[in-house]
Amino acid sequence: MEAATVSRRSAPRAGLRLPGLGAGLGRGLVVLYLSLIVLLPLAALTDQSLSHGLSTFWEQVTSPQALRSLKLTIGASLIVVLINAVFGTIIAWLLVRDQFPGKAVVNAVIDLPFALPTIVASLILIQLWGSKSPVGIDIALSQTAVVVALLFVTLPFVIRSVQPLLIEMDREMEEAAASLGASGLTIFRRIIFPNLLPGIGAGVALAFARALGEYGSVLLFAGGLPDTQVSSVFIRQQIESGNDTGAAAVSVVLLLCSLLCLFGVSLIQRWSGRHERSTKVQMTPMPFEGDGEGPR
Amino acid sequence: MTASGTTSRWGLRVAGLGYIALLLLAPLVLIFYKTFEHGLAPPLDAITSPDGLHALKLTLIMVAIAVPLNTVFGIGCALLLVRHRIRGSALVDAVINLPFAISPVVIGLSLFLLYGTTGWFEPGLSEAGIEILFSVPGMVLASIFVSLPFVVRETVPVLQEIGTEQEQAAETLGANAWQVFWRITLPSIRWGVAYGVVLTTARVLGEFGAVSVVSGSISGQTQTLPLFVEKQYENFNLPGAFGASVLLALLALSTLLAMNFLKRKEDA
Repeated sequence: MEAATVSRRSAPRAGLRLPGLGAGLGRGLVVLYLSLIVLLPLAALTDQSLSHGLSTFWEQVTSPQALRSLKLTIGASLIVVLINAVFGTIIAWLLVRDQFPGKAVVNAVIDLPFALPTIVASLILIQLWGSKSPVGIDIALSQTAVVVALLFVTLPFVIRSVQPLLIEMDREMEEAAASLGASGLTIFRRIIFPNLLPGIGAGVALAFARALGEYGSVLLFAGGLPDTQVSSVFIRQQIESGNDTGAAAVSVVLLLCSLLCLFGVSLIQRWSGRHERSTKVQMTPMPFEGDGEGPR
Repeated sequence: MTASGTTSRWGLRVAGLGYIALLLLAPLVLIFYKTFEHGLAPPLDAITSPDGLHALKLTLIMVAIAVPLNTVFGIGCALLLVRHRIRGSALVDAVINLPFAISPVVIGLSLFLLYGTTGWFEPGLSEAGIEILFSVPGMVLASIFVSLPFVVRETVPVLQEIGTEQEQAAETLGANAWQVFWRITLPSIRWGVAYGVVLTTARVLGEFGAVSVVSGSISGQTQTLPLFVEKQYENFNLPGAFGASVLLALLALSTLLAMNFLKRKEDA
């Protein structure tokens, strides 16, 4: 009796044990690594932000320059994700449903902003859209530059989360709608768009989280003027001027905003998981082909 | 396809491809043009200058330490999350995603506050004569932090997909845990892991914000290639900045090629 219960209970867990060590030791090592690398530094950050009490924390976060940077960061990120939602969906549609020469190259190039170091992106953008612009458009060191830099680094997110949904989508629904006389726009609005919504939502949330924290690509292109200073540039300047507490306080606010985004993504994942037919939306910025499409 | 359907299709093509061309391709082409405008010599001289070479070497050291560590951790952690469903795995999962959500500058600042002069570890560290900030160990820690999630995130779905049947069969036939891992599990997840390794490498190579806060960016000492780019630009040495940028861009392009290759392998 006893043995039967035990084996039944352990049946679903059967398969590979971590070689050479038990799950307990494995868990210990994983938790230790995560604590040393990730959690301990973040604890030090939070500690520093509150080291002079809550009122100082609040003062630092609401100082005019800090507020200005937070407003710019959040405002620019919102504009950027809106543009991303529209163009990301269009590009994903082109990559899945359309045929044109060079499609494979375009598909591969989409991930370039993930692979290209952000400081290089900044240098590149300032060459094209800066004072020496070959097309005569100079937007460097302006708020527009912040938006353009963020558009560059967040380009892949919506595309890569919408693409798998489009691949999986049943075309019969669209054909049925078309045969019943629905126009292209109606089909998009009533059938395609609702199906893609979880992907667009997840992509937007990931892009927003990324945009909030972006540093390298904004640095040279938009600069650190009072008007063009995003929060991460502001934090950097506070570190350099020795205001650790102020830097830490704004960092904590930024961190909380990003965590909210991640939380949003996991809500979307759970929601789309419940609607069986849609692909599970991936957390990874660069989903592996076939992610979440396999048998579960 | 009706006439209006064709029109809207062309509209979408122009909008989508135009957007990519303007945002991605134009800047990329321009940087290659600008770098080699005056021939190969200026960018090559900049990269082969002592500071440039040192930056390249330091960048490779970062990769050599951070990538293997995160790969071993990533595989182990994915196995734990998928195969053992340990208690608190939701929490572990959330913590692993953190580096995606945190600004690199904030990561740098956290390390700065932990190991800096006013940090938690300060008295102990300076007594022991260990320097972490403004030297290589701090930069390595920053690189590990920012690139931590990739291998885990790429390995988990592949592990879920392959299931446990083959592993169980091997166990039934008397294979021990190591044999099952080396002969069954690792070969089946290898392309997923490799994909994660490529992403980790790309991230470590290009990391700028976090490393710049903890390194102090001292030329010839604590400067990686991305930091070198910034310094050269600030010193108005554009050929130097372009040369190092093109080198990094080429590495990024090879990353893309590797990703494509691995995707195809996995599909096959």
